[in-house]
Amino acid sequence: MSTIVPGTPATPAVREPRFDQLRVLLRSPTFVVGVVIVLWWVVCAIGGRWIAPLDAYASDPLNSLMPPDHAHWFGTDQLGRDVFSRVIVGARDILTIAPLATLLGTVAGTALGLVVGYFEGWVDNVVGRAIDAVLALPLVIVALLALAAVGASNFTVILVIGITFTPITARTVRAAVFAERHLDYVAAAQLRGERAPYIMFAEILPNVLPPIIVEATVRLGYAIFAVATLSFLGFGIQPPSADWGLALSESYTLMAGGAWWTVVFDAAAIASLVVGVNLIADSVQGVLDR
Amino acid sequence: MSTALTPSTPRVSKGNAGRVARFLATRLALSLITLWLLSVIVFAGGQLLPGDIGRAILGPLADARAVAALNHQLGSDRPLLTQYVEWITHFVRGDMGLSYAYREPVGPFIADALAHSAKLGLLAFIVVVPLGIAGGVWAAMHAGRWIDRTISIAGLSATVVPEFVSSITLILIFGVWLRWLPIEASYPPGAGVLEQLKHLILPVLPLVLVFFGYIARMARAGTVEALDADYTRTAILKGLPQSVVIWRHVLRNALLPTITVAATQLGYMIGGLVVVETLFHYQGIGSLIYNAAKAKDFPMLEAGVLTIGVVYTVANLAADALQVMLNPRLRVRSGE
Repeated sequence: MSTIVPGTPATPAVREPRFDQLRVLLRSPTFVVGVVIVLWWVVCAIGGRWIAPLDAYASDPLNSLMPPDHAHWFGTDQLGRDVFSRVIVGARDILTIAPLATLLGTVAGTALGLVVGYFEGWVDNVVGRAIDAVLALPLVIVALLALAAVGASNFTVILVIGITFTPITARTVRAAVFAERHLDYVAAAQLRGERAPYIMFAEILPNVLPPIIVEATVRLGYAIFAVATLSFLGFGIQPPSADWGLALSESYTLMAGGAWWTVVFDAAAIASLVVGVNLIADSVQGVLDR
Repeated sequence: MSTALTPSTPRVSKGNAGRVARFLATRLALSLITLWLLSVIVFAGGQLLPGDIGRAILGPLADARAVAALNHQLGSDRPLLTQYVEWITHFVRGDMGLSYAYREPVGPFIADALAHSAKLGLLAFIVVVPLGIAGGVWAAMHAGRWIDRTISIAGLSATVVPEFVSSITLILIFGVWLRWLPIEASYPPGAGVLEQLKHLILPVLPLVLVFFGYIARMARAGTVEALDADYTRTAILKGLPQSVVIWRHVLRNALLPTITVAATQLGYMIGGLVVVETLFHYQGIGSLIYNAAKAKDFPMLEAGVLTIGVVYTVANLAADALQVMLNPRLRVRSGE
């Protein structure tokens, strides 16, 4: 209150340059921890085959369900496969499917949100209701319905999660576009005679990028959550993948018999990846949403 | 600032009841439109996506005549609009069709499962709402310090870890290693209330973990904002004891958004029920949907999914109504 000088027009806070935002991020321990965790799994996803000490897919029935020792650091599973190697290689499928689904949802949602926000009116009302309808169902349940109908494969999982994310992202983008829609630069572009697609994608889009980035990082966390859950339920990644959710669905009944090593490491892998992505999302949100 | 401050006119309470009614009527109408769209989505998912229903049930090797006969028997060879209209008019009247898998009406299965799930969800809700609010308020009162950081990070982590991961971890620790709790949700017939509760502790815990973070986060944000507000400063400066400031001034304002979040989470809790009920062999709506999806029992699946949509929409409507009743400021604003 005391800093406002009467007579001067209220100036909007000057936006921090992107470089400063990055520096703030890198100084946040939450962000750094998240990045370290996620980077580790990305490295495993890309180079898992070379990092893993043993063949993750080679079964060895004579040595099934061996507890951890120096030959098999995390023990072996019900088919005698090396759990350590499988946990490393298991990062690949989920870290392919979840980002692709997020990308699909973000691109389609951004386009839809720009159009709906720019044209307002009845388009906005119709899409708004449709978004509410989609949001009335938990992601896993929508996915179960759709995947039971079309059959589960990596491709259909990406499609179903991406399509479900589209209206959610569109809603965020639409809200951001509303705030920009009546600013002078849009009016100037219209007076210059620019076409609507140019104004939407070349003029407005760069200005609404921060909320889109935040939404995408949050969505990525949900996508990983959903892919892992669907794989566990048998509607996601299919055998013989070393995917963690799939591995847990195959081995969780064994833990009552004492084979704890078949579940603990896969569970820890999923938990660390999801928490890592969300730590990043949380700190990015903290920096960009100011 | 240059204009003289005019005293705000006291709000006329006469028009309020009408405004509340209009607000709720608008919300109700919007919810009905949402539900109708939802039914179209669910119908599209269950009837349109599988393509040939008979083929989907009998498999790729079945005889074409058998497939056609089954399609005729199920009515799935008629025009889609006819099918939709018949399905939705029957659904509204409580007739949810015949299950492909059981050859029996779907309705009683859904009602039964919903009652079971309500028990599980209610139990989780009773535990998590006070816990989450307490955690959030506690964190806010120590904002920026390590207690706040710990609660926030722990809450975030608990919320984002998939239910099946936390369930399996909890089963391993409390069911297999410590042997403190039964790992099956279904209890022997004739079990007492305490015995039933004991069987429900493990299934409830993963749900509690997931929602603790959401609720604590909202409660924290609301409390931080209220602690920062002028009325709180005034209350402190005029010498009110801290407990009065917290209970009468801060919490009253801070907990409103939390209530809405709590109600919206009710719907999402049902999403978590799919995994939890399947893992713990509990006969609720979640495991019903899972089994229907596995068996490609589309009438059962559609009815289950639509029921969840209805529950979610009703919970949202109730949250809106509750919030309007508790917060006089909202009565003025019309629905978004």
